[in-house]
Amino acid sequence: MKPFQRLNRIFNHLPVHLALILMCVAWVLPTMGLFVTSFRNSEDVRTTGWWTALAARQTPGEPEYTTYCASCHGADGKALPAADLSDPTLIEKYPRSNRLLAMLRKEINGQPHLTDPALPENPNEALEKLSPILTYMQDFSGSSQDQSRFTLRNYADALVGYKGTQNYLTDCEQGVESALSKFKCTAADLLNPEGMGRAFVNSLLVAVPSTLLPILLAAFAAYAFAWMDFKGRMWLFALLVGLQIVPLQMTLVPIARMYVSLGMEGSFIGIWLFHTGFGLPYAIYLLRNYLSGLPKEVFESVYLDGANHWTAFWQLAIPLATPAIASLAIFQFLWIWNDFLVAKIFLSNNPVLTVQITNLIDPRGGNWHILTGAAFLSFLVPMIVFFGFQRYFVRGMLAGSVKG
Amino acid sequence: MNTPTIMKQSRWVPWLYLAPALLVMAVFVLYPMFNTFVLSFMDKTGTQSAAVSCVAGQPCWGSFENYRYALTNPEMLQALRNNALWLLLMVPGTVITGLLFAVLADRVRYEALAKAIIFMPMAISFVGAGIIWRFVYYIETGSGQQIGLLNAVLVAFGGQPVAWLSNPAFNNFALMIVGVWLWAGFCMTILSAALKSVPAEILEAARVDGAREVEVFFQIMLPIIMPTILVVTTTMVINVLKIFDIVFVLTGGNFGTEVIANRMFKLIVTDTGRSMAIAVLLVLLTIPVLIFNVNRFRQQEASR
Repeated sequence: MKPFQRLNRIFNHLPVHLALILMCVAWVLPTMGLFVTSFRNSEDVRTTGWWTALAARQTPGEPEYTTYCASCHGADGKALPAADLSDPTLIEKYPRSNRLLAMLRKEINGQPHLTDPALPENPNEALEKLSPILTYMQDFSGSSQDQSRFTLRNYADALVGYKGTQNYLTDCEQGVESALSKFKCTAADLLNPEGMGRAFVNSLLVAVPSTLLPILLAAFAAYAFAWMDFKGRMWLFALLVGLQIVPLQMTLVPIARMYVSLGMEGSFIGIWLFHTGFGLPYAIYLLRNYLSGLPKEVFESVYLDGANHWTAFWQLAIPLATPAIASLAIFQFLWIWNDFLVAKIFLSNNPVLTVQITNLIDPRGGNWHILTGAAFLSFLVPMIVFFGFQRYFVRGMLAGSVKG
Repeated sequence: MNTPTIMKQSRWVPWLYLAPALLVMAVFVLYPMFNTFVLSFMDKTGTQSAAVSCVAGQPCWGSFENYRYALTNPEMLQALRNNALWLLLMVPGTVITGLLFAVLADRVRYEALAKAIIFMPMAISFVGAGIIWRFVYYIETGSGQQIGLLNAVLVAFGGQPVAWLSNPAFNNFALMIVGVWLWAGFCMTILSAALKSVPAEILEAARVDGAREVEVFFQIMLPIIMPTILVVTTTMVINVLKIFDIVFVLTGGNFGTEVIANRMFKLIVTDTGRSMAIAVLLVLLTIPVLIFNVNRFRQQEASR
C-alpha cells in the first residue's frame, strides 16, 4: 500500500477510531476511579477526587487550621509556648479528631476554647472540620504516621471489616481503643465475621460446590436427552427451555420455609441445593445442545463395539463435551460468585462478598477508601476468570440464551 | 432429535440418568413455584386466606386481596411504571449501544481489546458495579470538593453539583445508565458474532453496486441479523423485569426509583402473601418471552 493510500485510509477511519476510543474511555473510567481510590491514602480520598491522585498535593487542613487555630497558636503553631502545636508529643495525645473535639469543648481559663469562629454545635459537623486540622497538625509536628500518597492499608481495612475514620493498621499501631475493643490486631482479625476476608472464604464455600453439583447432574440428564430415546423427551425438554427464564424470586420463599421446617436455615447445603435446582435447566439445555451436535457415527461405532451407555457417557460424551463443560462451569461459577439476592436470603449470618459489601456501605458516603477496597477484593476472582478464560466465557454466552 | 438405533436400552434406563436432575428440579423449582402461587392467596404469615386482611368499608378482592395490592397500591404502581420505563428506554438503549460497539469494533485492529473493555462489567457483580457508580454519582453536600466524577466535571464547568441518585427528575435515568454500562457488552458479543456470520460476498456485491456504507448496514446487515437482535432483546426484557441489585445498592428503591423485584424483596419477611403475589406478577410478565423462547426452540429443532 502506498503511503498516501494508507494515510487516506486512516483519515477515512478517523471517526470510527474516535467514537470507539471515546466509548472505551467512558466504559473504563468508572472502574478506574474505584481502582485508583482503593489505593489512595484515606484522608486524600475524603478531600480530593481520584483523578488528582498524581497531581501536586495541596496540604489538607491548612485552610481550616488558618480559620480556627492560627489567630492564637500562630501559623507555625508555636505562638503559645504552653501549647506548642509543633511538639509531636502534644499532638500524639490526640490520635483521633473526637478526642481533639472533647478537649476543645472544655473551657480554658473560664473561657470557651474556640470563640472566633466557634466550632459548629453539631458534633458531626465539628468533626468534619477537626479531622483535616488534625491531619495538618500531625503533618507539621512530624507525628503523622502514614502520609504516603498510595497505600495498601485500605485493603487491610476491608479484609478485617474495620470501619474507623483512620486505617485499621494505623489504629493498631497507635493502640487506639476502638480498634482494640473489637479487634485483636493479629491475623485472627482476618476471620472477623464483618470482614471481607471471611466473606471471601464464604464465597468460595458457596460457589465451588454450587458449580460442580449442577454440572454433574446436568451431564447425566443431557446425555439422556441427546442419545437416548424415551417417551416425552421433546415435551420434557421444552419444559426445561421454559424453566430457564423463571425468575428466582418465584422460588425463594417456599424453599426458605422448607429449610426452616427442616432446621436447615442458614446452612451451606441449603444454598448449594438452591443453586443446583436453579442452575440445572440452563446447564442441561447447554450440554444437551452440545452433545447432540456431536457426530452420530462416533456414538454408533462405540455402541457397535459393545459399549453400554455408562461407558459411552464417561469415556466418550464427557471428554468430548469438555469445552462446553468449561464454558458452563465458568458461567455458573461467576453467576454464583456475583449473586446477591440468594445469598442475602439464605446465608445472611455467613455473608458472602456481595452481601458483605452492602453491609459496609455508609449511607452518608464517608468510607470510600474501605468500600473501594472491598469492591476490588470481590472483583479479583471474576477478573482472573474473565481474562484467563474469556474464550470459554464468550462461547458459553453464544451457546444459549442467558439465564438469570 | 434422532438417536442411534443400534443401542437399544430398557425403558427405564433413560430415567435413571434423568432422575437426579429431575428430582432436584422438582423439589427446588417446580414445587416452590406451585407453593409461591398458593402463598400469593394467603395472608402476611401464609397461614390463612388473604381475604382476612380486608378492611370493612374499603375495596376488597377477597382471596385476590394481595393482587389488589400488587396492581393498585401506589408504591406498586410506581414500581410497575418504572419497570415499564426501563423496558422502553434501557432495553433499546442497551441493544443499540451493543450494536454500535459491534459495528465499530469490527472495523479496527484493536477489536479484541475494545471488546474486552466493554465486556468487562459483565464479569463483576451487580453489587460491585453499584459501588462503582455510587462513587461516580456521589455528591458532596458539605463544603468539601466534589469527589464524585460526574459532579466534579459539572463544577469544573461552572455548574452546580446534582444529587443524581435522590433527585426524582433524573435518578431513574442515572440507574438505567448503569444498566446500559453493565449489559452493553453482552449485547455486543452476541450481535458481533451475528455480524461476522453475514457472508462477505453479499456485502462486497452491494459495495460494488455503489451502495454507501450506511445503506449496506441498514438494508443488508440489519435484516440479516434481525433474528439475533430479537433474541438479545428478549433476553434483555427478562433481565430488566427482574432488575434488582442495581436499584438495591444505588437507591434502595427510594426517591421514586422503586422496581417490582425490589418491592418483592422488601415484603418477603413482613408480608409473605403480598410478596408472593408480586413474584407471580413477575412470572406472568415473563410469559410472552417464555412462549417466544419455546417457539424458537421448536423451530430450531424442526430445522436440525
